[in-house]
Amino acid sequence: MAVTTMSYSQAAAAALERAMREDPSVVALGEDIGRGGIFGQYKGLLDAFGAHRVIDTPISESTIMGAAVGMALAGIRPVVEMRVVDFALCAMDEMVNQAAKNRYMFGGQGRVRLVARLPIGIWSASAAQHSQSLEAWFAHMPGLVVVCPSTPQDNYSMLRAALQAQDPFIYMEHKELWGLQGEVDDELEARFGNARLARDGGDLTIVSWSAAVHPALEAAQRLAGHGVQAGVIDLGTIWPWDRDTVLSHCARTGRLLVVHEAVRAAGFGAEIAATAAEYTGCRIARLGAPRVPVGYAPVLEAIASIDADKVERAALELMGMADRATGISAQPQGAHQETAEPR
Amino acid sequence: MQDQELLRLYGVMARIRAFEQAAEVASAGGVRVLGATLTGGAKVRGPLHLSIGQEAVSAGVCAHLRTDDLLTSTHRGHGHTLAKGGNVNRMMAELFGRADGSNLGKGGSRHLAAFSVGMRGANGVGAAGLPIACGAAHALKLQDRPQIVACFFGDGAINRGPFLESLNWAAVYRLPVLFICEDNRYSATTPSGQITAGAGAAERSRAIGVPAVSVDGNDVLEVWRAAADLVDQVRAQREPRMLHARTWRVKGHVSVDTQGYRDPADLAAAIAADPLLRAREHLLARGVDAVRIDALDRAAADEIAAAVAFADASPAPALEQAYTDVQTIGEGAWQ
Repeated sequence: MAVTTMSYSQAAAAALERAMREDPSVVALGEDIGRGGIFGQYKGLLDAFGAHRVIDTPISESTIMGAAVGMALAGIRPVVEMRVVDFALCAMDEMVNQAAKNRYMFGGQGRVRLVARLPIGIWSASAAQHSQSLEAWFAHMPGLVVVCPSTPQDNYSMLRAALQAQDPFIYMEHKELWGLQGEVDDELEARFGNARLARDGGDLTIVSWSAAVHPALEAAQRLAGHGVQAGVIDLGTIWPWDRDTVLSHCARTGRLLVVHEAVRAAGFGAEIAATAAEYTGCRIARLGAPRVPVGYAPVLEAIASIDADKVERAALELMGMADRATGISAQPQGAHQETAEPR
Repeated sequence: MQDQELLRLYGVMARIRAFEQAAEVASAGGVRVLGATLTGGAKVRGPLHLSIGQEAVSAGVCAHLRTDDLLTSTHRGHGHTLAKGGNVNRMMAELFGRADGSNLGKGGSRHLAAFSVGMRGANGVGAAGLPIACGAAHALKLQDRPQIVACFFGDGAINRGPFLESLNWAAVYRLPVLFICEDNRYSATTPSGQITAGAGAAERSRAIGVPAVSVDGNDVLEVWRAAADLVDQVRAQREPRMLHARTWRVKGHVSVDTQGYRDPADLAAAIAADPLLRAREHLLARGVDAVRIDALDRAAADEIAAAVAFADASPAPALEQAYTDVQTIGEGAWQ
């Protein structure tokens, strides 16, 4: 057993190195992974395992994913690097109509054991086509397991476990977490569908995942200064999500705030909120991005991002303590007016 | 080619023909699309994509495939499945949506699969089988296995991105795939010629670096000979090849499509080009007794009649099957 401090990207490379060493059927394919991947998450693997197992592909998203399905059906375990979730949209048929449904529609004759890496989140200064968080899309799709590692430990344990599982995984790292440092215990096993209670507190339940967990935790610290003890639950797995942990916690606190970087409207927070409404009597709020593409200029991009200020404000409003939020910067709400003048 | 083999090929085509005709009968009244009326009582519900008239392509290519070679197919995949060695009882039961179907009633005609004989599934999305075939071949290469992959697709599919990507991929990585363009001249209800630039599948294939051969897809001898050579090349050289087989679709895009859009002369030509008739002519010219050919027709009819009876006697799937083989992690999380 070893506990090492490393970055989110190093953790993934380490997990993949171990998986490829222990299991000769694991193969990685995607664009630019031979030289280490654009975030270093494949560093050293080409040298260690050779070009037949670390495959640099053409810019052919449909075939990168479709070939991974074909490989998986033939007993290979592909790690499919799609670079960013935004580009992975070029392979939607292959993920949704092929990978997700193959086992079911063929009556169980095949298994598609693959891990598709689709990084989510606002990529700083990269604008609309590189800044989406689409975990809700894949949560909606029967056949897929959807996970969002939020720490280096997650990105080690989850990747390792996904490569031992029986399902097609939509593995959604966050584009801005690659450099995040953290402790990684290489014997700690991920348990999909089990949320992590990152902080406990009896006044308020904050549920989040991916990068948003970090400002949520920072906000929880600040809330303690207001006399509010907030619990923070990191879902980890988006589907199947840990309903028991979330519902029992918010049944206790009576207040649920879901925080995600994805667009609020029809985001996965809506599913959590609806479930909580169906099964508990708690008050519910959701914090997410407005339904606008992510803009380029910093002030525009900031509209969509989640920070501790926004989480703190949303939490205080849910607590009925909005007056305490006056010191926190508010973001302009944009075109709520029904008759905005066209420019 | 020995007479015995030509007779065997005729037999495969006769079985496909009988299967398709029985499926067509069983599906009458089973779908409302393209002007048809849903009448209820059909044994095969939903759209059915028949390959009547195209039997020689399946028979001629699959003659050179071994059981452990792999095959990907299209929405029009009954012929591919049968020629690859699929069990006709289980195939028919799948069309009927019954528990004894090859896919346990969970896929139907469009998703027929017979993994035990290397048939990796019929695909309802045009051109979707090509990347999967490339992946299967890539796996064979990584695993250093001698098998090959046969990838069937239609003339409509050559206008989709995955076609281009897959040819490039197979050429770049040198993969053992035989691509087979089963060109029946129609992209659903639109003549492919109207919506396809250039000279078609074979030319595009060569431009990307995958050698291609074009044949009369209704002459099973010609298909067989070309496929023999191409399969040998794929097996020996571990490189992709394409067979472009020009054939004719006799029935509509789906079984109920009455093809009002089709030039009657074109339809007449399709019927006249019947691959079974042409094979019969070859056999008779070789001095094979018509009685032997007729016997194959009868045997096929009997076999398929038994398949229909088998399918009809099979029960509907148990309700629990709606919830099996979805995913392992998350099993039970249906809401």
